[in-house]
Amino acid sequence: MSNPNKEWPLWEVFVRSKQGLEHKHCGSLHAVDAQQALQMARDVYTRRQEGVSIWVVPSGSITASEPDDKGEFFEPMADKIYRHPTFYDIPDEVGHM
Amino acid sequence: MYTQSLDVPDGSAPTLAAVPAGADALQTRFDEKIDADRKIEPQDWMPEAYRRTLVRQISQHAHSEIIGMQPEGNWISRAPSLKRKAILLAKVQDEGGHGLYLYSAAETLGTSRDQLLDALHTGKAKYSSIFNYPTLLWADVGVIGWLVDGAAIMNQVPICRCSYGPYARAMIRICKEESFHQRQGFESLMVQMQGTPEQRAMVQDAVNRWWWPVLAMFGPPDADSTNSAQGMRWGIKRLSNDELRQKFVDATVPQAAVLRVTLPDPDLKWNEARGQHDYGAIDWDEFWAVVNGNGPCNKERLANRVKAHEDGQWVRDAAQAHAAKQRARALKEAA
Repeated sequence: MSNPNKEWPLWEVFVRSKQGLEHKHCGSLHAVDAQQALQMARDVYTRRQEGVSIWVVPSGSITASEPDDKGEFFEPMADKIYRHPTFYDIPDEVGHM
Repeated sequence: MYTQSLDVPDGSAPTLAAVPAGADALQTRFDEKIDADRKIEPQDWMPEAYRRTLVRQISQHAHSEIIGMQPEGNWISRAPSLKRKAILLAKVQDEGGHGLYLYSAAETLGTSRDQLLDALHTGKAKYSSIFNYPTLLWADVGVIGWLVDGAAIMNQVPICRCSYGPYARAMIRICKEESFHQRQGFESLMVQMQGTPEQRAMVQDAVNRWWWPVLAMFGPPDADSTNSAQGMRWGIKRLSNDELRQKFVDATVPQAAVLRVTLPDPDLKWNEARGQHDYGAIDWDEFWAVVNGNGPCNKERLANRVKAHEDGQWVRDAAQAHAAKQRARALKEAA
């Protein structure tokens, strides 16, 4: 038998609030396996019909960008304003474009 | 439900640690974020004292939710109708859920669930003083919803804007569910107030017993709250204990009039000049006695919690053994 003092693994919970929308991260919980994680996520995060679908992912499986790299990782996009539609002046008479 | 603006020190006095090299720049960046009202996220650098304060406050809040299941749980088997029983079960289940959201938020600060629970079970961690009072009557359940949850909402709404992201997000989720808690309590009391004189007297009795402990839930007066200024600076606390308490009193007086109950404070009256209610002196000696373990139910609440945890150990072990077996079987089949 496994060590009884060992904590259950941590899972991240993603809930799709309704058909057609994306799954959204809503929190985390401890569970022994994926099936139990789903059941617990149902009880903990969807007591008021907040979801039609749940994903659970072992927290350890998530690779996150480093906060220290934030500058070099994201800032190169800051000066590329021509990627936004508002960069371009179009005469009013053209209407909605 | 249920925090109290009580970030009670747990005995470990804050100590000044040696400042590591480069910490100044990190501290400056942290301060700038706080000043700009931006959120701090788990991976971001934060001062040790900020981390410690949050772990203490979030875990005290989580413990309060979990211990808070007991006073109302006391009435589940004796609720007066199937409807009231279903409502009460849903509410108590919510409290359990709120405890879980908050434990998860506290864990993002690097403290494990086992450590958090251990601090509760050994009596090292505090929880809201309010749950150390007994629920003697069915009316107490309604009064907890109306006043205790009402006070908790007052306290918790500002925490939705807390500087620490995971705590703020957990609070938003919790606050959405709290409104049901307060309304069901008030509605239950309205029904009881339409009953017999004995039933109305029981509601009044419950109000008399809960009113002062509820006012104390907001924590010590501002003049005596040494942690408050720092909490405000860090964006963990948004309104002072006395400001929250005043808002609560002002909101509750007209509700009591609708219910036709009397709030047990002869000094409670409208102050035209202030545009707020004046209220009588709170017994802070009683508050500290309860916080320090000498309330009517402290020992019972903690003993129940520890027993539930120990009685559940075999279930947790079995679930883990089952998962291990399933994993081993899957590996074998794959081989």
